[in-house]
Amino acid sequence: MSHHPIRRAAVIAAASISALALGACSAGSLVNPTESSSEGKTTLTILMDSSTQTTTQGQALADGFNASQDEIEVKIETRPEGTDGDNVVKTRLATGEMTDLFQYNSGSLMQALDPATNMVSLTDQDFVANLDESFVTSVTADEQVYGVPFGQLMAGGIYYNKKVYADLGLSVPKTWDEFMANNAKIEEAGIDPVIQTYGDTWTSQLFVLADFHNVLSEQPDWAEKYTANQAKYVDEPAIKGFERLQEVYDAGYLNKDFASAKLTQGLQQLVDGTGAQYPSLTFTITSYLELADDAAENIGFFAQPGDDAATNGLTSWSPAALYIPSTTTGDKLDAAKKFLAWVATPEACDAQTAAMDPTGPYAVKGCTLPDGLPAAVTDMQAYYDNGNVSPALEFLSAVKGPNLEKITVEVGSGITTAADGAARYDEDVKKQAQQLGLEGW
Amino acid sequence: MHSEATARPKTAAPRAVARHVERSYPLWFYIPGGLVYVVLFIVPTLLSFYFAFTRWTLFDSTFVGFDNFIQFFAEPGLIGSLKNTLVYGVVTSASKVVLGMLLAVLLSGPIIARGYLRSVTFFPVLVSAVGVGLTFQVLLDPFNGVVNQVWTAITGADGPGWLTNPDLALLSVAAIDVWKGVGLATLIYIAGIAAIPNEYFEAARVDGAGAWQQFRSIILPLSFPATSTVILLSLIGGLRSFDLIWSTTQGGPGFSSDVIASVIYKQYQAGFYGLSTAGNVILFLVVTAIVYPLSRWLNSKETSL
Repeated sequence: MSHHPIRRAAVIAAASISALALGACSAGSLVNPTESSSEGKTTLTILMDSSTQTTTQGQALADGFNASQDEIEVKIETRPEGTDGDNVVKTRLATGEMTDLFQYNSGSLMQALDPATNMVSLTDQDFVANLDESFVTSVTADEQVYGVPFGQLMAGGIYYNKKVYADLGLSVPKTWDEFMANNAKIEEAGIDPVIQTYGDTWTSQLFVLADFHNVLSEQPDWAEKYTANQAKYVDEPAIKGFERLQEVYDAGYLNKDFASAKLTQGLQQLVDGTGAQYPSLTFTITSYLELADDAAENIGFFAQPGDDAATNGLTSWSPAALYIPSTTTGDKLDAAKKFLAWVATPEACDAQTAAMDPTGPYAVKGCTLPDGLPAAVTDMQAYYDNGNVSPALEFLSAVKGPNLEKITVEVGSGITTAADGAARYDEDVKKQAQQLGLEGW
Repeated sequence: MHSEATARPKTAAPRAVARHVERSYPLWFYIPGGLVYVVLFIVPTLLSFYFAFTRWTLFDSTFVGFDNFIQFFAEPGLIGSLKNTLVYGVVTSASKVVLGMLLAVLLSGPIIARGYLRSVTFFPVLVSAVGVGLTFQVLLDPFNGVVNQVWTAITGADGPGWLTNPDLALLSVAAIDVWKGVGLATLIYIAGIAAIPNEYFEAARVDGAGAWQQFRSIILPLSFPATSTVILLSLIGGLRSFDLIWSTTQGGPGFSSDVIASVIYKQYQAGFYGLSTAGNVILFLVVTAIVYPLSRWLNSKETSL
């Protein structure tokens, strides 16, 4: 008689243990360790890249939103940067194991994620009206809007050391000829006119990518033609970017360690004044601020000069964006939309500004930048205020070849010519276009 | 009668096979291992042969026939990378044979601190290729690296860009590979030399053979099995080498040290999964086409000794 309760207890214990074991094994718990907590709060997890800048901004958004209400709690999870991270995102989307929200590039890289099947459209949400129009284009596919901005606009152009410019009596160039004339004077003074850092290969692309405003000002429909396989980099005006890259190499204007130097070394030469100018993307502003006491005031920024001073303007990059994967449903989907609605407000911009000095304007209407920002940010802002800005090619066309940075290293270090490099890049983009199933390729 | 007589030999043959299997192991004994082999090897292999013929985005795939292979061979970098792969494979494998043999003869001889020197030679084999790559990237930095600082101190001029000069990069990486892999070749040779019976050396010494003659006529021919092992292992390793090249030059500067494996990896990075799978199939076929006949030939030489 007495063994019955014991056996029943054993059965219950065994059952609950196996239930625990099963619960622990479920895929959801591995991927998304933060299920809805017992207090009835909905917990959302955002996957984002692990760079300090991203996580600082992400944490600022999460904290700001968590403080603004008490029904939803937002947490962040990180993944590697670069192409490894791209593959993490693609794999998790393909296997249906994405977090509730994720941060990813806008433009051509977003198009490669097949947004129509993998993401929730936000087109019918009211907050889309709060977003900057050029940003909205960069997260639109088949007339559906998929993302809200994360971070600030970036620009591609050329940093310059103001002290060197002042000492030599130079002024900011508006045409390529003025730029080359400045370079000649800088070299005479014993300073490297142009810094290049091919140890970090991505930095080699700037002369080509930042030249895009000049391409567009000559041929406003170049991007559409390019997407339709009717315009090529081997032809004018696009080939000029490659030619400019070759020109500075041929003239011997580069720092002598250009082949092996990395981004930080290049920025160090810039703030030290051993190099005068450095083509770059403005998100690197935060990286040079700590390298010298006067870096914030001493480093300025200008758009890549073209043929005509009248059309001088800036090539601009949209910020990354936050997306909802199509695997997020029910309460979580509602909560995720609430969070995104909050991200598209000036309060969210202010939360990010408080956590880290912005390196460019926000893509949300009504957001303002604080005073006392680094000189390069102010220089960049002036182009936006005057409207002299074109979006970079990757936001107008889904076609971007993966080997551009290798090709620009070759052209920029004299291994090959501008014409051969451009031809090779035209070959390279063909694969991407075919992969996307575009017409005419 | 007739039917019975003809039926008998027919059934006899399978029974003999069955009895043979029964005698070795029961059939179910093979099932677990077979399952693992099928699931982890056969299925992925067949799938990859299929996906090599598709344009595949992970989300969906479209059958494109031989397009991927055509594109892979049209890839401007591919012919260069194929050449680089062969150069890399031959240079590393030849150097490992020569250096491994020399070191093994030295380390088999009566020298001081032999055990210590043997372990020093073998040590680099144990270090991860990525670690070695990053270390050499620092050591070979054209201006701040130790190697070129010594070079400058001696010659007074700037040293070469070991990893940044397109003509040198591939050979520099091959040299690092040899440094890292020669320990294993040495180990195999030491074992090969140790296996040669001492009588041969004694007889040779009685006949008045010198050190060089002993090496030429005894060590070289009798360690041939070791030589063929070293050649095959290092050639296979060299042809599919990736980690060291990726961690030192990433195929650069430009495309000058790209090998097939790094081209494949770049296609994968770019999201061209079908294309990179096709590249893997090509690599598989290239390695097989080179190594299989070579190993047959080496084996035939070995048995004729």
